[in-house]
Amino acid sequence: MTRKTQLSIRGLYKIFGARPQTVLPHVLAGMGKAELLQKHGHVLGLQNINVDMKAGEITVVMGLSGSGKSTLIRHVNRLIEPTAGEIEIDGQNILTLSAAELLRFRQTKMSMVFQKFALFPHRTVLQNAAMALEVRGESTSEREAEAVKWLDRVGLAGFEGHYPHQLSGGMQQRVGIARALASNSDIMLMDEAFSALDPLIRTDMQNLLLELQTELHKTIVFITHDLDEALKLADHLVILKDGAVVQQGEPQEILLNPADPYIEDFVGDINRARVLRVRSIMHPGEDGDHIAGEVDQNATLESVIELSGGDTQKNYRVCAEGVPVGFLDMKELVKALVPAHANASRSGDIR
Amino acid sequence: MAFYDKIFDVLGLTTWCGEGNDGPMSMAQLLAKSRGDANAEANSGIPFPSLDNLHESCSAIPQTRDMTSGLEDVFLSAKDAMKVVLDPVTQPLSWALDGALWAFLAVPWWVLLPALFWLTWYVSRSVGVTIFVACAFLFLGVIDHLDAAIQTLSIIFVCTGLCVILGVPIGILMAKSNTLQRVMLPLLDLLQTLPSFVYLIPLIFLFSVTESKLYGIAIIVYAIVPVIRLTDLGIRLVDKDVIEAANAYGMNARQKLLGVEIPLALPNIMAGVNQTIMMSLAMVVIASLVSAPGLGVLVLRGIRNLELGVGLIAGLGIVLLAVVLDRTTKAALARINVTHENG
Ligand SMILES: Nc1ncnc2c1ncn2[C@@H]1O[C@H](COP(=O)(O)OP(=O)(O)OP(=O)(O)O)[C@@H](O)[C@H]1O
Ligand SMILES: [Mg+2]
Repeated sequence: MTRKTQLSIRGLYKIFGARPQTVLPHVLAGMGKAELLQKHGHVLGLQNINVDMKAGEITVVMGLSGSGKSTLIRHVNRLIEPTAGEIEIDGQNILTLSAAELLRFRQTKMSMVFQKFALFPHRTVLQNAAMALEVRGESTSEREAEAVKWLDRVGLAGFEGHYPHQLSGGMQQRVGIARALASNSDIMLMDEAFSALDPLIRTDMQNLLLELQTELHKTIVFITHDLDEALKLADHLVILKDGAVVQQGEPQEILLNPADPYIEDFVGDINRARVLRVRSIMHPGEDGDHIAGEVDQNATLESVIELSGGDTQKNYRVCAEGVPVGFLDMKELVKALVPAHANASRSGDIR
Repeated sequence: MAFYDKIFDVLGLTTWCGEGNDGPMSMAQLLAKSRGDANAEANSGIPFPSLDNLHESCSAIPQTRDMTSGLEDVFLSAKDAMKVVLDPVTQPLSWALDGALWAFLAVPWWVLLPALFWLTWYVSRSVGVTIFVACAFLFLGVIDHLDAAIQTLSIIFVCTGLCVILGVPIGILMAKSNTLQRVMLPLLDLLQTLPSFVYLIPLIFLFSVTESKLYGIAIIVYAIVPVIRLTDLGIRLVDKDVIEAANAYGMNARQKLLGVEIPLALPNIMAGVNQTIMMSLAMVVIASLVSAPGLGVLVLRGIRNLELGVGLIAGLGIVLLAVVLDRTTKAALARINVTHENG
């Protein structure tokens, strides 16, 4: 299951204002966001971000409004220039690219999906979906064939000739996704791609994304402020607060061991039974007594509770694709449903 | 003696001022003369310490008329140099105007009118507008004003065309550069508020009144403002998210401009063109003072010879042309707006 790191961000700082370089030393010396704004009139966008994103995984960046999510994702394709730090993609430092190389890089390596869709209102759905290929200079027939294929794939066959304003929000975002997929690039950046949609459509779109992902294995950077969405999509979860990473890792791990009160608050309201999976709380290896049955390691706790009929005496054997990998004690399961309190020693070392 | 004498005495400046020698007329005398009123009445009370009044007490102080004649001298001395540059640069304008006039009048009416109707249909795609335009031109033909109207129309076509060719790029540059915008906006305000006759004064010095470029320049300088303004505005108003998408997919500056910014700014640019047409139409009457042919000449004749009917009918013709051009461009604008509507 170890995948190679495709996108690596090292020591990234971003300061907004007239002279970011002159105030950078203060930030490096530990000045916080509020103090920097008050004393020097600069906004601290991001501080000391270190994130590795693996090929074929969905990395979700989550945080409250203003925590710097959009700023972070725009560094990946250099829509925003960093104040300090490094961004490596496939081993190449993208900050050294020349203007022409950067254009080429954006055309071939990246695609982006936007919160407000950002389709071209004067172009048809088909032309919008074919946009990335058009920019690259591919022939009309080639790019339209590709666009038709992806429009069909996201469920928009038959709408090729429509204009964006004739479609609903959900359909417009499908065009946005088709546009990104048609570019056939490895990395897909999604800035709150589903936030503007109503809850039902949103679930549909999440399922569509997961379904596409099982097939395409893109490296996806997904921004959201919604924990449910983050937990549903994330292979790797990064939590931002005031421009800094407060905790990152496997979502289940973060849920079970929140690093600080901020994250505890965040995860407090979540339906843990539906989100936590058996593999996160099982004991690996030896079989226990009173085995009442078998459950899959990716089953949610909710489904196990249903299976047991609420009986906390039972134990289950945990299997991965039919092979036993551990066992599950129902008492542990019940304990895991209560949010854990972060212990003070952990919160220090993450930052 | 003059009112301010004592002050100069007190200040001990009498020698510096020197003996009074007669300069040019004072402004008061000039105004009095142009009223046909020989003796300028003496002001009672304390006169304003203006250049003229101070000059009366102290001849070392220049008069206001020195200033205006100085401006004139500067302009006259620069005139030849300006002519060397401006004459060849603007010569194509004369050719375009004369060529268009000749072409429009050379084409027989039974070819020209259907062509104009087709053009209306082509840009507006509206049956109503096309029928209205047809009626308007047929009416002008029936009352024997067709030739004059066509002359006016050809001037408008050439001048508006040049306004677009010059104005749109200027507007785009303004949208791209905040510095240029800061410099241009006061200049555009000036062009828009300067009384239209004032344009003609330096132009008459520079070019001979018989050259068509004289009125061409006057019309273009006056009418170009809205195209520039609205192009600038239109490009600046293009949705930032859409531009960001264009950037994220690696569009270069040219692809962005031609593929995104201009198409999305088009409704605004077209609104600017509409206003430009209206303003050139307003200017065309004034331009007939300096030999622009067309309906304006008839209006002018109505004023000069007090031929009420001639002036009014020609004025009506101009109004008709204005409505025709306005309706046609508005219909074209509405057509663009439908496809550009942002959902
Ligand atoms: N161009 C800018 N100039 C100054 N400050 C900026 C700029 N862009 C962003 N910021 C600041 O950086 C911080 C992070 O902004 P960002 O847009 O990345 O937040 P976000 O997490 O995406 O929030 P949201 O969920 O509302 O989209 C905010 O405090 C914002 O005010
Ligand atoms: Mg954002």
